[in-house]
Amino acid sequence: MRVVVDFDLCESNAVCMGIAPEVFEVRDDDFLYILNETPPEDLRPKIEEAVRRCPKQAISIED
Amino acid sequence: MFGTVAIVGGSLSGLTCAQTLRDEGFDGSLFVIDAEDSTAYDRPPLSKQVLAGEWDAERAHLPGTTADLGITWMLGHPAIGVDLADRFLKLGNGEMVGFDGLVIASGAAPRVLPGMGELDGVRVLRTLDDCLAIRSALDGGATRVVIVGAGFIGAEVASTCRQRGCEVVVLEALDVPLERAIGAEMGMLIADIHREHGVDVRLGTGVDGFEHGGDRHVTGVRLSDGSAVPADLVVVGIGVVPQTAWLEGSGLTVDDGVVVDEQLRAAPGVVAIGDIARWPSRRYGRLLRVEHWENAIQMGEHAARSLLREDDGGEGAEPYDPIPWFWSDQYDFKLQLAGHAGADDQFEIVCGSTEERRFVGLYGRAGRLVGVLGMNRPRHVMQLRQKLVDGASYDEAVAFGRAL
Repeated sequence: MRVVVDFDLCESNAVCMGIAPEVFEVRDDDFLYILNETPPEDLRPKIEEAVRRCPKQAISIED
Repeated sequence: MFGTVAIVGGSLSGLTCAQTLRDEGFDGSLFVIDAEDSTAYDRPPLSKQVLAGEWDAERAHLPGTTADLGITWMLGHPAIGVDLADRFLKLGNGEMVGFDGLVIASGAAPRVLPGMGELDGVRVLRTLDDCLAIRSALDGGATRVVIVGAGFIGAEVASTCRQRGCEVVVLEALDVPLERAIGAEMGMLIADIHREHGVDVRLGTGVDGFEHGGDRHVTGVRLSDGSAVPADLVVVGIGVVPQTAWLEGSGLTVDDGVVVDEQLRAAPGVVAIGDIARWPSRRYGRLLRVEHWENAIQMGEHAARSLLREDDGGEGAEPYDPIPWFWSDQYDFKLQLAGHAGADDQFEIVCGSTEERRFVGLYGRAGRLVGVLGMNRPRHVMQLRQKLVDGASYDEAVAFGRAL
């Protein structure tokens, strides 16, 4: 599983960080950083939730 | 398992519910009924990117709606009635749709002012068509824009119109904008920011009616003090009312929305979600009806599972009780509120400052943290949102926030 963020769409709402802080981090510069682009499978449900709840639909999963 | 589920309302909540039903293995027939011809779009960009002309309408379409969910779309005619005993819906064109499970997601409609329906150039903003009509008026040379209502929709439209170079007047009947949503101090801050951007914000100003020329195109807004403000275009953003008229006589409990239980059930095999649903929140100890984007998604997901679980005879599910969250983008700031703020709550800024337009403030009630408001501080809003989840005391949350 590979986590992909479209940074042209991302508005740093930080919803993803609230759901999966292991993978997503919005830092003090207000930009989103992906901490682990290929997270372990057990994080899939959280990442799928982040995909669904991103207000900009900027996150996707590539298998 | 249910053979047929009908979803009334094909917007964000209804479509999320459809997607979740399929994800959870529902393989029966799925009908989506909506009064609009095209429903599968996202609303937040309608007051921002699409209205600004930065995005074309296509870009507002919800992803996933093109996915093959096996939906039978019945668009262009509203549901006008429902018979829960015999399990069928009546549509505006006389068609009947039978169902086993029913999802009520018919949303809310904007409040209007008397007389506006007969005039050109006076609009509400709710649908994609509304947005495109306003955008086309702006493209067509409307430069004097009057916005009635300083709520979030009005404020976002004001921001977008200023960025398009229009002269903007905002009329708000109350003395403080957004007080019920974010309290007086923050409401006045938003008003100040609009003024800094050149918006003529008039608080405590009621609207008496509209002025128009012989072509019935609006030329101005008459105020309750007898004066008038010239206008080429008026956008009315004075809130929404749940679309429950079609449920009269259905036997469902309708009281400022469809009243549901903790599993979002309005009746056996019937759920209500999104702007129309009013649920008993354990967290807040009262019925809540929330018009936020995220709530529409979460309710759609929860209701799909609750419908399928009921069908299986299963029990023991978690109640629906999320922490409300929304955002609003205006000018160069992003405002986010997690939780629930009230006009009477304690409020303290714990990091940053209003001068920097970058801060987080906390709302407290009876010693508990009840809300987190951030301006251009998404990271800290999300960190403090966890304190809401944890049910932190106000003092503890303030200490945590100051240390961020």
